[in-house]
Amino acid sequence: MLSFILRRTLALIPTVFGISVLVFFMIHLVPGDPAEMMLGERASEQALKEVREQLGLDKPLYVQYGRFLARLAKGDLGRALRTNEKITTEIADRFPATVELSIAAMIFAVTLGMLAGILSATRQYSVFDYSSMIFSLVGVSMPIFWLGLILMIIFSVHLGWLPLSGRLSYHIHIESITGLYILDSLLTLNWPALKDAVWHIIMPAFTLSTIPMAIIARITRSSMLEVLRQDYIRTAKAKGLAPRVVHYKHALKNALIPVITVIGLQFGILLGGAILTETIFAWPGIGLWLLNAVYARDFNAVQGGTMLIATTFVTINMLVDILYAWINPRIKVS
Amino acid sequence: MRRWWFAVLAAVFLLSGVAFAATPKIGGTLVFGRGGDSVGLDPAFETDGNSFMICDNVYDQLVLYADESTDIVPGLATSWDVSKDGLTYTFHLRKGVKFHDGTPMNADAVVFSLGRMMKEKKVKFFKDKWEFPKDQPPAEYWLSMEMDNIIDSIEATDEYTVVFKLKRPEAPFIANMGMDFAAIVSPTAVLKYGPDFKSHPVGTGPFKFVKWIKDDRIILEANLDYWDGRPYLDQAIFRVIPDNSVRFLELKTGNIDICQFPNPEDIELAKADPNLKLVSQPGMNIGYVSFNHTKPLWQDKRIRKAIAYAINKKAIVDNIYYGLGQVAKNTIPPNMWGYNDDIQDYPYDPEMAKKLLKEAKFFEKLKAAGQTKITLWSMPVPRPYNPNGMKVGEAIQADLKKVGIDVELVTFEWGTYLKKQREQDASMDLFQLGWTGDNGDPDNFLAVLLDGYADPNVRTQWKNKEYHEIILKAKQASSKEERIKLYRRAQELIHEEVPLINIAHSLVVWPMQKRVHNFKLHPTGSVRLHKVWVD
Repeated sequence: MLSFILRRTLALIPTVFGISVLVFFMIHLVPGDPAEMMLGERASEQALKEVREQLGLDKPLYVQYGRFLARLAKGDLGRALRTNEKITTEIADRFPATVELSIAAMIFAVTLGMLAGILSATRQYSVFDYSSMIFSLVGVSMPIFWLGLILMIIFSVHLGWLPLSGRLSYHIHIESITGLYILDSLLTLNWPALKDAVWHIIMPAFTLSTIPMAIIARITRSSMLEVLRQDYIRTAKAKGLAPRVVHYKHALKNALIPVITVIGLQFGILLGGAILTETIFAWPGIGLWLLNAVYARDFNAVQGGTMLIATTFVTINMLVDILYAWINPRIKVS
Repeated sequence: MRRWWFAVLAAVFLLSGVAFAATPKIGGTLVFGRGGDSVGLDPAFETDGNSFMICDNVYDQLVLYADESTDIVPGLATSWDVSKDGLTYTFHLRKGVKFHDGTPMNADAVVFSLGRMMKEKKVKFFKDKWEFPKDQPPAEYWLSMEMDNIIDSIEATDEYTVVFKLKRPEAPFIANMGMDFAAIVSPTAVLKYGPDFKSHPVGTGPFKFVKWIKDDRIILEANLDYWDGRPYLDQAIFRVIPDNSVRFLELKTGNIDICQFPNPEDIELAKADPNLKLVSQPGMNIGYVSFNHTKPLWQDKRIRKAIAYAINKKAIVDNIYYGLGQVAKNTIPPNMWGYNDDIQDYPYDPEMAKKLLKEAKFFEKLKAAGQTKITLWSMPVPRPYNPNGMKVGEAIQADLKKVGIDVELVTFEWGTYLKKQREQDASMDLFQLGWTGDNGDPDNFLAVLLDGYADPNVRTQWKNKEYHEIILKAKQASSKEERIKLYRRAQELIHEEVPLINIAHSLVVWPMQKRVHNFKLHPTGSVRLHKVWVD
């Protein structure tokens, strides 16, 4: 097991290096110049020249890439061109919001998605099966933007049950420890803040969960169906075990293996920031930040942000692989 | 000074029989909803409205703009003298003003605040020998206003006197000193926080900075010791709500007090809502169409006039600005001093356009240039002066088709557009662009956009000697009356020569709760909450 983990970790290095090359050149190949974007209509040749010089953009591309790599090796992502803020600080300010939203969305997606998948599989071709699969199809194809606005109009404007947008009401204050408001309010025993934070996260998390929920439901269903057709299940049934025991004790455990992979991948995707959900719900996360960085052609921020997200993604992928090997000993052999 | 104005205004309201709202109430919180977060809060290095919006309340400048106009009134300087040759400005500072960190605002703080942006730091302190921070980001506004070409040296001659020596007479200099980048900052705080000062702003303004949760909110609280009296509000919160529709829903449900930049459709809804009111202000900007003056095709002014006659500006403002704009006949907006209201704009007259094109042998010239059609470059992004460059382009394309000119629309990604526009290669015939004023001085429109004689890099690259001489004289004139006369003449010349076609000035309309009182939109786009109060 240890050598397996070691091998997977070492394999990360060339992957991350590859990402750095891709990210760097991709953002530099997109037309547009950060100095030009900053100065807008008032850009004169002289002002542009001075701004480029001060930002180090007047150097040839390979020099810029070399500097980027040298900094990266020291764990320094540099400073954002637009804000002159350390990129690690910029990300640290916003990543907790994305993490909190992603976790909440995954809680929705995993519980509801798996439940729907299991029930559909055990009641194959029933009305429940058909309707939940139709819902999951709708879930995958529904525009997030539209869904978010509809939910807002129903639950906030008409019913007044949930707050419209943001992470916290303006009169509530939380002492930030981890940056995850729900956790922080629990740690500081701040009950009004806990309630407020939970209230605020429900709608955006549900909106964000629709796609992973639908995917998880479909995978759970098909994986469960496949397992249910296996010989050992037939044996268990023949032994006279109750269907409940067969389904949940014998079948589910094996059916979960591909589902865990999907859950891991989906979580990784959500951690990259959800631009649409964050935009409509005014959720100050990493997706919104990255979008603004792309608009401003903030090379450093896009590079640093993407590097971090990509590294998180491959790390989660690796953890899933390890988890997978741990649950399913057959993997290790291959 | 401003209090006095307030009293006069109140009296006018009472006399005219308008029910004047109850006396201002002290206390309460105002929640302002806006589309984007501030980039940073160190005024020297910011360029965007959302950053300046906070700076406007945390800092003061030597001079300030009056409410709803760009007239200059005293700020941290109570008065100033200008030498006869226009090269020396002496500012006399307000005494006893303290920064929010308790340190004194004095001449050395002024020298520090502005001196840190200078390329060659020709400065002299009176008492505190402040060291300038190293490794600063580019001071973009200082650079783009060409302050290094204007200011020669800054000197503190005593505790409350600062002397600016200029390299050339420059009447708009005083207006520049009212701009955000010229705000006076606490040197102690700048040196203490270093590059993080932009997240810990310390000024002398009516509000103190409390907290900034990035992309979420900025919280300010009243500065009870403000030199112009404490603000009525206890607290102001600026929330970021990126989506326009959601921001308006937040206003409708009463969660925010003011909604910046709503969708035009929502303005109608706001009008119908008994809890909301609208506050509007003509934006200090111009959206225009100009010519590639480097091409022989556009040298004949009859042809340029023909294009002016051919464009139906009113239809553009009605259908593309959704009424949130006004047709422009001059390059400077009507709320700016020096505006020449006597100009008679070219009416929409396709027949006249055809006649002029024929007279000037336009189509023959076009053929001789090897062209069958002309190009019209249009912006790919919405700008404050033009909500949809491509749609305006299509409207002009249709208008010109009616007088027999085939137009091809061309666009690029925004940064590329700006770059290629500056290069003005022969593939460009007409282009759309615009300008948002910085300091409320007519020079900031008329020189920056059109005096290609002084600076070949101006956006229009139009060169006219007579125009240049007027603009130069106006820069050097000492009295405002004389400058007004010169700028009126400059506008006549623009009308006669048609170096560009003025299309529209946008109108800024923000809906807000009726409980918000005395909120005034400023032409420069700044949001000062000092005199705002809530029920």
